[in-house]
Amino acid sequence: MNNPYLPSPMRIEGIVTETEDRNIKTFSLSFLDRGNEAVFKYIPGQFAELSVLGKGEAPFGIASSPTQKGIIEFTVNKIGLLTTALHNMEPGETVGIRGPLGNGYPLTTLQDKNVVIIGGGFGFSTLRALTTFLLDKSNRNSFNNITVIYGARSPGLLLYKDELREWEKRADLQLYVTVDKGDKDWEGRVGFIPAITKEIAPRADNAYVLVCGPPAMIRFTLPVIEELGFPPERTLLSLEMRMKCGLGKCGRCNIGSKYVCRDGPVFTLAELNRLPREY
Amino acid sequence: MKTKIIRKQDMTGLLNNLIQEYEVFAPVKRDDLVIFDRIGSDKDVSLEYTNSIKPPKEILFPQSETLFTCGSIGDAASIEVPVSEERPRLLFGIRPCDARSFLLLDKVFNEENHRDVYYLSRRNDMMVIAIGCIKPRATCFCTSVGGGPFSSQGSDLLLVDIGDDYIIQVITDKGSRLVEKVGVADAGENKLALMKMVIQEAELSMSPQIKTDGLKEKLDSAFDDPIWGSLTEKCLSCGICTYLCPSCYCFDIIDEVTDSKGERIRIWDSCQFPLFTLQASGSNPRPTNKERHRQRVMHKFSYCVDNYGQVSCVGCGRCVIECPVNLDIRQVLTTISNR
Repeated sequence: MNNPYLPSPMRIEGIVTETEDRNIKTFSLSFLDRGNEAVFKYIPGQFAELSVLGKGEAPFGIASSPTQKGIIEFTVNKIGLLTTALHNMEPGETVGIRGPLGNGYPLTTLQDKNVVIIGGGFGFSTLRALTTFLLDKSNRNSFNNITVIYGARSPGLLLYKDELREWEKRADLQLYVTVDKGDKDWEGRVGFIPAITKEIAPRADNAYVLVCGPPAMIRFTLPVIEELGFPPERTLLSLEMRMKCGLGKCGRCNIGSKYVCRDGPVFTLAELNRLPREY
Repeated sequence: MKTKIIRKQDMTGLLNNLIQEYEVFAPVKRDDLVIFDRIGSDKDVSLEYTNSIKPPKEILFPQSETLFTCGSIGDAASIEVPVSEERPRLLFGIRPCDARSFLLLDKVFNEENHRDVYYLSRRNDMMVIAIGCIKPRATCFCTSVGGGPFSSQGSDLLLVDIGDDYIIQVITDKGSRLVEKVGVADAGENKLALMKMVIQEAELSMSPQIKTDGLKEKLDSAFDDPIWGSLTEKCLSCGICTYLCPSCYCFDIIDEVTDSKGERIRIWDSCQFPLFTLQASGSNPRPTNKERHRQRVMHKFSYCVDNYGQVSCVGCGRCVIECPVNLDIRQVLTTISNR
């Protein structure tokens, strides 16, 4: 019988310091045992448990797309014991991985639809995975217009800067990057995500909107989305909760009878509206 | 249902027979407490008890267990899962409420796609011989949650104490094979009549203690009711209700390092602890007693009904007896029912 608690070892191939404050880094990992790569079949929006032995394990959204072969990426915010241990590691060292876990974004539902992606701050990592997936040569024709609205508190806190520059150039993607507060070098948009979303006003017909970000951003963005005409069934959110097992057993990440780890982390707003407000 | 009979004095032979083949756990007296422990001979067993303070769940789901040891996480070859060489386990003399709790734990740990190998390694060949309750306690409410003092759910064999003899009710094929093997006599008509009287008397001594009709719907609609605040104000967040609950299963996973070896360990955790849901960001969806206690009640009487089709409470009353501030789940449920 397969043991769902056993991690597989992965080597750190590369580390990118994403933000000016050096608190967010992206780790590129590859399986030590290549055979595990075929077993670890994931879709954007899923997550995995990363282990540093002696420090423990914690869940992280997968920041890479399955179209990127050979590596799996995680963007990690240094905030606790395990994330600090990860930040202190160097390329060549190894970590453990358990997963993929959770449901991920509903790719088949999004086919032939307009896709609006709204990400705030650190919450953008799995939406980056989704965007990369949608833009891949083999997938792009399966989806209609793609709009990405991404915001951070300041220019120095924007993630994936090289990629954003590449995406800017593309004709098959409408990208809107914004910051809450600019600096002397910033020439882009300044403004909070809800206001920018209202201004851009992505059309709701034949469209799904996917949102991930800090609670305050979500709270103020949802009314804008509703006003634009997106029904709750076509509004998708990826949630975060404290998790341990990732298998719907350890008992802490539930909202009502749904476990964020097993039944989520992606829910439609319609599903969430049927659950108690305990998140 | 087949029924067998065995004289009380002959239980010695039966038990010693079972010890040859199984790892037998039974109620054992330690100082003034009855606990479930491995027994080496029939002399250790103490069947004269109402119920143990600690439920027998730790025989399947220990309070602390090593998931694996490891020299280094990078060295896949060094990951070792502890392998038990033990014989199959047999639980002898547990109460019907506790036997039922295993069926609830099975739903969680034997869920398709995510089978828990540690739990199942102990559970798969396990035999359960329960003993019915001729004297239920005032705090028992098994009959309010689908059980009863002689419920056979979760048992392979159920013993009924009729004075000088035990009637053995044969519940499962596994139980049937066992009684055939040890060879016990069929129960006669008059003994069976006696058994029925004993059972009836015990059942009549219990009154319904919770209104379960429409309880789930009541709870769901009362989620935002401010009454939760006053109902749970006295809770100390000590977690004893969850630790002593036969059907509570929440756990934490932690790492420990000693010298050159690392261990990943699973330990019991409790939804009553403030840190249980605290996120690294500082956000906590259940910051006070009110949310935490509501979670415990809702989990058992609403969420488990959604997820597993039954309430996750067997009515053993341990949380009622041992709560240091007398927070009584029966009263909480009754108050909500009457809203």
